[in-house]
Amino acid sequence: MALLNDLAKKKEGLVNGHRLCPGCTHSVIMRQALAAADTDKYDIVIAAATGCFEVSTGLYPYTSWNVPWIHSAFENAASTIAGVEAMYKVWKKKGKTNKDIRFIAVASDGGTYDIGLQALSGAIERGHQFLYICNDNNAYQNTGNQRSSATPFGASTTTSPNGTIIQGKTQPKKDIMSVLEGHHMQYIAQASPSNWRDLMDKVKKALDVNGPTYINVIEPCTTGWGFPAHKAIEIAQLAVDTCVWPLYEVVEGKVVINYKPKNKLPVEEYLKPQKRFAHLFKKGNEHLIEEYQKQVDKHWEWLLKREESGISY
Amino acid sequence: MGKKVALTGNEAAAHAIRQINPDVVAAFPITPSTPIPQNIAQYIADGKMDTELVTVESEHSAMSACIGAAAGGGRVMTATSANGYALMWEMLYIASGARLPIVMAVAARALSGPLNIHGDHSDIMGGRDSGWIELVAENSQEAYDNLIQAVKIAENKDVMTPALGAFDGFNISHSIEIWEMEDDDKVREFVGEYEPLFPLLKTEEPVTHGAWAPPDWYFEHRMSQLKGLLNAKDVVVNVGKEFGKAFGREYGIYEAYKMDDADYVIVAMGSVCGTTKDVVDSLRDNGVKAGLLKLRLFRPFPYKELADVLSGAKAIAVLDRVSPAGAQGGPLFNEIRSALYDANNRPPVINYSYGLGGRDTQPVHINSVYDTLKKIVETGKVEKQFDCLNLRGAWG
Ligand SMILES: Cc1ncc(C[n+]2csc(CCOP(=O)(O)OP(=O)(O)O)c2C)c(N)n1
Ligand code: SF4
Ligand SMILES: [Mg+2]
Repeated sequence: MALLNDLAKKKEGLVNGHRLCPGCTHSVIMRQALAAADTDKYDIVIAAATGCFEVSTGLYPYTSWNVPWIHSAFENAASTIAGVEAMYKVWKKKGKTNKDIRFIAVASDGGTYDIGLQALSGAIERGHQFLYICNDNNAYQNTGNQRSSATPFGASTTTSPNGTIIQGKTQPKKDIMSVLEGHHMQYIAQASPSNWRDLMDKVKKALDVNGPTYINVIEPCTTGWGFPAHKAIEIAQLAVDTCVWPLYEVVEGKVVINYKPKNKLPVEEYLKPQKRFAHLFKKGNEHLIEEYQKQVDKHWEWLLKREESGISY
Repeated sequence: MGKKVALTGNEAAAHAIRQINPDVVAAFPITPSTPIPQNIAQYIADGKMDTELVTVESEHSAMSACIGAAAGGGRVMTATSANGYALMWEMLYIASGARLPIVMAVAARALSGPLNIHGDHSDIMGGRDSGWIELVAENSQEAYDNLIQAVKIAENKDVMTPALGAFDGFNISHSIEIWEMEDDDKVREFVGEYEPLFPLLKTEEPVTHGAWAPPDWYFEHRMSQLKGLLNAKDVVVNVGKEFGKAFGREYGIYEAYKMDDADYVIVAMGSVCGTTKDVVDSLRDNGVKAGLLKLRLFRPFPYKELADVLSGAKAIAVLDRVSPAGAQGGPLFNEIRSALYDANNRPPVINYSYGLGGRDTQPVHINSVYDTLKKIVETGKVEKQFDCLNLRGAWG
């Protein structure tokens, strides 16, 4: 891993002047990812799905992108990059380029867990070379914080609101990592911008795979989740330290947990600073926090057991 | 020298694509166009073309991958029908908005529901405002010729607009006809090399494709896109002439069949024109001044040219292979009628729906249309502005 000093001097692929909310981590994650890319060795081309990140960085007549970038629609970042990658194969074959180009598709949870899942699954199965990064901010933020299948249990969103008889989302979050594991990719991982070295390592590894790879990244959203703009990285860290967002890799089917908190914090620590969970702390709703904790523990223990078993494909 | 072959319309389209040998094809099977990606896959497997075939998991992804590939920088083609075309819908607008000259073969078919896999124009008429150039073929020969020309039309620098070459599902796609297949190298020479504008893969000059446009820019984008589409009209004519020089079959935006002195005129597109020509011939043998205006270019709609060639008629029937779906008539009818509004002579225009979901249209039905036109001229009265051909029971 390069020294911070060197990283700071690296030409940025995503530049300032974009219109994300102050404190948004979409840009933080992408800058970490692009800093990790070994751009002395290869170039990067990006396809983005519709969503906060796309609308904030590609607004005609401006662009925040210093690398080739394409947006076409919401549900098709994977099939769009698949097309670009197919054309790259032709360029190589016909001698139109001798460059090493690697491909990234970026989307949030809506464009990944939900409407884009089919295109993602198809592109992975076909074996295109691309790293798919999902910046999971737990809801459709661009359209105003509607629930997605990535919205966690109990969270209040504009379509799973807290009310007098229903307290936020009643279903647990989809385990997208397991869904993607079923595709038997060489490499998939979960990361957080709070643990940036870990995130960068993962991006670098993924980009070195000659095939599809996937990284699920927690993307704290100040506006939708309801926390002060300067707290995003802290929130991400709390997600990691409570094991709400375990940092792990699945390498050829083998689980490797990259970080085991010495002192696993109770989920309240993560939930408390976020307005979307405020109702869980009202008198009478204690069971909801218990349920939340139960879901997190169950998943964490399952991961630990899988790691311990050492089983791979 | 080209050679005469007896093959289906789908095979004609597949051979055209093989000879064009595009950089990328991304496609998904659907009846009746399925044989096209199948044949392409076989040609690639047999080393007869070296296209990169992306066997996507849906038509939405087919058009998305086409867009990615075309923006990547190269020549891109696909094929589809009906529900597949409908699933592409969102991406059709994005392809044309991005000014990517993708070329698509459409074996035109009915849209569900009820589910029906047979020929009509519901798909291409449904997408007529998606910003694509639409060429419609009468037979396998034209299906083949149109696809080859479509590449040159779409990629013209003044056009840079995606184009589809449609031919009727089953009537053409699955019928064996004799047509002329040109030499591979001649076709390749005709379409030439394509130099993509702003390719993503030219990483030393990074470009942003698909930025969104706010209210102070969207309008300008759409109007500049429209100019490209409208420019296609002249380019279609020029490419049609070039094609004539190269291969001996010249094309325009329409074919005027026995129109010079025609009193009773049918306007139609697609395979029904073959039947109609036969009927026109026998009516002419009996001294009836019947004519057919076969439209080849539906988008951009050549309204001036059509008004000129039609305003001499005494009565006109427009055949639409779709339901009017609540409009005054079918889309071809409405556009033809509108085109004639500014003409000095405005003949009465009536409309028929025909052939929906593969319903047969025979000479007897076409004859009934000419009979009705004659009656309109004789009585000066239009009894039914809209009617159906070969529908169980009477309409209306
Ligand atoms: C087919 C389609 N349906 C709906 C939308 C409206 N839409 C745009 S962005 C978006 C939500 C994006 O959510 P996500 O992918 O999670 O990205 P985020 O904004 O949260 O980063 C929606 C619903 C759309 N653009 N296209
Ligand atoms: S709404 Fe959330 S995800 Fe969207 S730009 Fe703002 S902070 Fe970022
Ligand atoms: Mg989201």
